[in-house]
Amino acid sequence: MSTIAKHATLASAPAVSRALRAVRYRRYLSNAGVAALSVILVVWTITPIYNMVLIALEPEGDVFTDHIWPRVASVESFWGVLTQGHWYLEHFWRQFANSIYMGAMTTILTLAIASLTSFSIGRMRIRHGWLVSNAALLTYVIPASFLAIPFYRIMQNYGMANNLWSVIAALVAFATPYAIFVFQEYGRSIPIEVDESARIDGASPLQIYLRIYLPLMSPALVAIGTYAMLLAWNEYLYQFLLLSSKSSMTVPVALAQFLSSDQSPWNYMMATAIIYALPPVAIYYAFRRRMTAGLTMGGVKG
Amino acid sequence: MMDTASVVEIGRTERGRATLWRFLRGNLKGTEYTWALAFVIPYVAVFVTFVAYPVVYGLWMGSEPSLYRELFADPIYQQTVVNTVLYLALGVNVKMFLALLLSGFFMRPGWWMKTLLLIFVLPWAVPQVSTFISIHWMLNGEWGFLNNVLYTLFHIEGAHWLNDRWTALGAVIVSHIWKWTPFWTLILLAGRMAIPLEIRDTARVDGATGVRGFVHITFPLLANLYLICTLLSTIFLLGDFNTVYFVSGGGPANSTHVLGTLGIRNAFDIAQPRLGVAAVMSALPMVIPLVIVLMRKLRTTEVQL
Repeated sequence: MSTIAKHATLASAPAVSRALRAVRYRRYLSNAGVAALSVILVVWTITPIYNMVLIALEPEGDVFTDHIWPRVASVESFWGVLTQGHWYLEHFWRQFANSIYMGAMTTILTLAIASLTSFSIGRMRIRHGWLVSNAALLTYVIPASFLAIPFYRIMQNYGMANNLWSVIAALVAFATPYAIFVFQEYGRSIPIEVDESARIDGASPLQIYLRIYLPLMSPALVAIGTYAMLLAWNEYLYQFLLLSSKSSMTVPVALAQFLSSDQSPWNYMMATAIIYALPPVAIYYAFRRRMTAGLTMGGVKG
Repeated sequence: MMDTASVVEIGRTERGRATLWRFLRGNLKGTEYTWALAFVIPYVAVFVTFVAYPVVYGLWMGSEPSLYRELFADPIYQQTVVNTVLYLALGVNVKMFLALLLSGFFMRPGWWMKTLLLIFVLPWAVPQVSTFISIHWMLNGEWGFLNNVLYTLFHIEGAHWLNDRWTALGAVIVSHIWKWTPFWTLILLAGRMAIPLEIRDTARVDGATGVRGFVHITFPLLANLYLICTLLSTIFLLGDFNTVYFVSGGGPANSTHVLGTLGIRNAFDIAQPRLGVAAVMSALPMVIPLVIVLMRKLRTTEVQL
């Protein structure tokens, strides 16, 4: 605006209107660009999700057709999932409960183990703590799928196959490194004098951890809790390898079983996939701000 | 009655023991050291049992040279290596570059940008299994959504996308980009937000706007973050299993496997676990340098991710 004002005092009226028109034209162009890019992004983002909804809304037998809008929106498949109405889904609620149990246990254990470790290394400055944080960092950069085969063998040897705890163990082992990393980074923003004055007042390390460290760390705890939950919810490989019986498996494993046959009821499958997707989406939108804060606190892991 | 010599003697051993304790405990006193030790033990136990032990076990399983002769002679493995390289080269770089550009786009002010960002992160928030199954069905040659759209709107008969090696591999790469661009965009967006406002304003006054501002101001400040993100993303992608497994299933005829899925296929579909471990281990020459660089970067870098 300032350049236009300057021109106005110097140049003649036609020149001013030309300049204004150029500014308006450029703004128009950039708005059109934003609109076009927005449309592309929305279509690009939504398509696979739309496809999921579209198929879930089809009545049975209508899946193998060629329309791109739902002709009759039927909630039959959702109802079928919720009432375990198909033989693929006869243990749906059990499997959903397994997923929730696994996610909750992974979250709690990750938070507990990682916060204790970061307290010991970062706040109490235990000797050789750097060894532990390096081990964690190393684990963080090892792809989990590379360890799946030996892990499976070991769990079989322990007789832990087909047990949810074997999956939880794997998930905790792979979620804690990032958690430790973030907690240590975040802990640096809390002055160490807080701990020291509590110590002088006679607080034991456990009291400092419970009464001072954990409350001050709560933003990082929320961020990492969400991270661990989403990690567990997204994981498939270990659950697939380690859980094989219908009553011990989780929803992703059950979902993948649909894929084994071409005659699968795709509408039920997509309805299951949507129902399974609701908790993480809700959690993500609820803790969005904290999560992005957490992700930028230390490293990153999806 | 104690003579001076024995007092000195006791003093010396006391001091010797004190240095040993100091070496082990650092500055912590007795009970505090016990507490600190008790606090790290859970993690050390998890690490030893569920990370170190499987690593050693895996190294032992894949330690026979004959396995690698067998592996390298396998035509499926040779295809897999090509696939993995393509997947890494295209998947990582296209995604990161898009994320870099889009993070700039999302810096624009206004309610619309905030709403768009909320929609844009959906692929990341929805579980992988759900979305990849959906994409798999979407690309079905006969009843898939993509071909239905092509036919309804343009009267084009779409291809059988997943029945050809290259379109199937392309589908896997595009799915990966679809799934992960939002996440890295958020990270780079946070990186851009962390650039102090004064720097951007000063640069703007000096005439560094648009492309010049990006080349001379924004990118140099983001470069370190961009590099770390690219390296991390390379490692995560190398270990990727879900995308290939659900989108193409490694097919047609095992031609679109990557190392992660080939390892599992060898171990469980053809019941040769050692060959599976060998497939995964053959990625080590690439993983180790990456890990070393990344560990240095993550440990020393002052730039907050």
